[in-house]
Amino acid sequence: MTQSAQQPQQMATKQSLGEMQQQVLPLAVIRGERVVEKPQDLFIPPDALEIVLEAFEGPLDLLLYLIRKQKFDIVDLPIATITRQYMEYVELMKTVKLELAVEYLVMAAILAEIKSRLLLPKQTINEEEEDPRAELIRRLQEYEVIKDASQKLDALPRLERDIHVAQTELSSDFQPLIHQVDVDLADLVNAFQAVLKRTQAFEHHHIHKEILSTRDRMASIVNLLVEKSPEKQTASDDEFVGMFFTELFSQDEGKQGVIVTFLAMLELMKAGTIRCIQSSLNGQIQVVLSK
Amino acid sequence: MKRIDDKYLVKLVESALFVADSPLTVQDLKQTVLSHYQIGSKRVIGALEQLQHDYQFRGVELVKGAKGYRFQAVSQCNDDLALLFKERAPRYSRALLETLALIAYKQPITRSEIEDVRGVAVSSYIIKTLLERNWVKISGHKEVPGRPALYVTTKDFLDYFSLPSLAQLPELMPLPTTS
Repeated sequence: MTQSAQQPQQMATKQSLGEMQQQVLPLAVIRGERVVEKPQDLFIPPDALEIVLEAFEGPLDLLLYLIRKQKFDIVDLPIATITRQYMEYVELMKTVKLELAVEYLVMAAILAEIKSRLLLPKQTINEEEEDPRAELIRRLQEYEVIKDASQKLDALPRLERDIHVAQTELSSDFQPLIHQVDVDLADLVNAFQAVLKRTQAFEHHHIHKEILSTRDRMASIVNLLVEKSPEKQTASDDEFVGMFFTELFSQDEGKQGVIVTFLAMLELMKAGTIRCIQSSLNGQIQVVLSK
Repeated sequence: MKRIDDKYLVKLVESALFVADSPLTVQDLKQTVLSHYQIGSKRVIGALEQLQHDYQFRGVELVKGAKGYRFQAVSQCNDDLALLFKERAPRYSRALLETLALIAYKQPITRSEIEDVRGVAVSSYIIKTLLERNWVKISGHKEVPGRPALYVTTKDFLDYFSLPSLAQLPELMPLPTTS
């Protein structure tokens, strides 16, 4: 790039409708004056940049710094100069491995877009066409106002730093006032009910371990039946060698025991270990080992 | 309801302001230490003015802030008083101050509106600090998608920066007219 700055021409007024015009670019136009010679104080040495890098609060802050540093007016925003310097900073941030916030790259893209739009030949169909820089200028101004306000806020006298609140202790014989409030019966009842309600909410739910195991019961049923079977050797075929269904249940274990025994029997029948037989209609159910 | 004489009234108001943990308004005084007495606001204000007058040449002065009246050291002594405190008062980052300034001047404001002006993301830490210091609070939610929280400043903020009200915030620099 040969020019250090370029300014869009004033909104063209004389061109005829639809006429394309390639702008003649002076080195810079500052406040309407053409600057032919390159100002000497534009360049900021990269070494100097490094020191101030971390002090920036974001891309707007950095842009503002660049503009103020060169005593430009925000409204004259010299896009090319600023963009080039801005990119130098961003490059520098990369080289010193500063964590480069994405906002800086977004701003770089915005600057590049504005610059490219300024370079485009102007079609003067719409004389009211907005300066591509307008939005950025507005944001910079808005940010500068807040930056300034925050500095003023910081300068305000404030507690801890500038204002020391005067306080004293109470005298040593100070007696705090304890309010004795009369409680009527209804309040007491209400309070009690609230306590009851709370206790209900905190009731513990114990999960009991199964005392009677179905698997144990299955084994004991088989054992009982096996104990009977030796007699089988001597007994004739049709002699009953099993146990009566009701014999296997014990009343001591209650409902739970009955259920576990029944489950165990069902499991054994499913596995084919035992059989249930009935010698007569409505007769006793007998349990025998399968052969 | 008891009656209270002027001499004791001034004494009572003075001691209450000195021992209270935070500033007291006329209403606060009437509802606490003066609650047993038959007294109008006018006499309380009179007592406060009497105190201000009594203290005018002393090292502490009676000041009215956003949260009420408090005694504080006169600023004339500040530089020398600083030697008393080994720990310096907290310094606040530019990011925090800019965020606070935006909330103070543009309230109610959402986080993304703050980010729009500052051009960078607002860290959660800053918002958390401001909320914890009770300088800002959430006043509601903006009726836009996501219902973002709207932040406003509090009386504690005004009190901390010794501002009687938001109207006394430093004036914003004038926006130059875009040519």
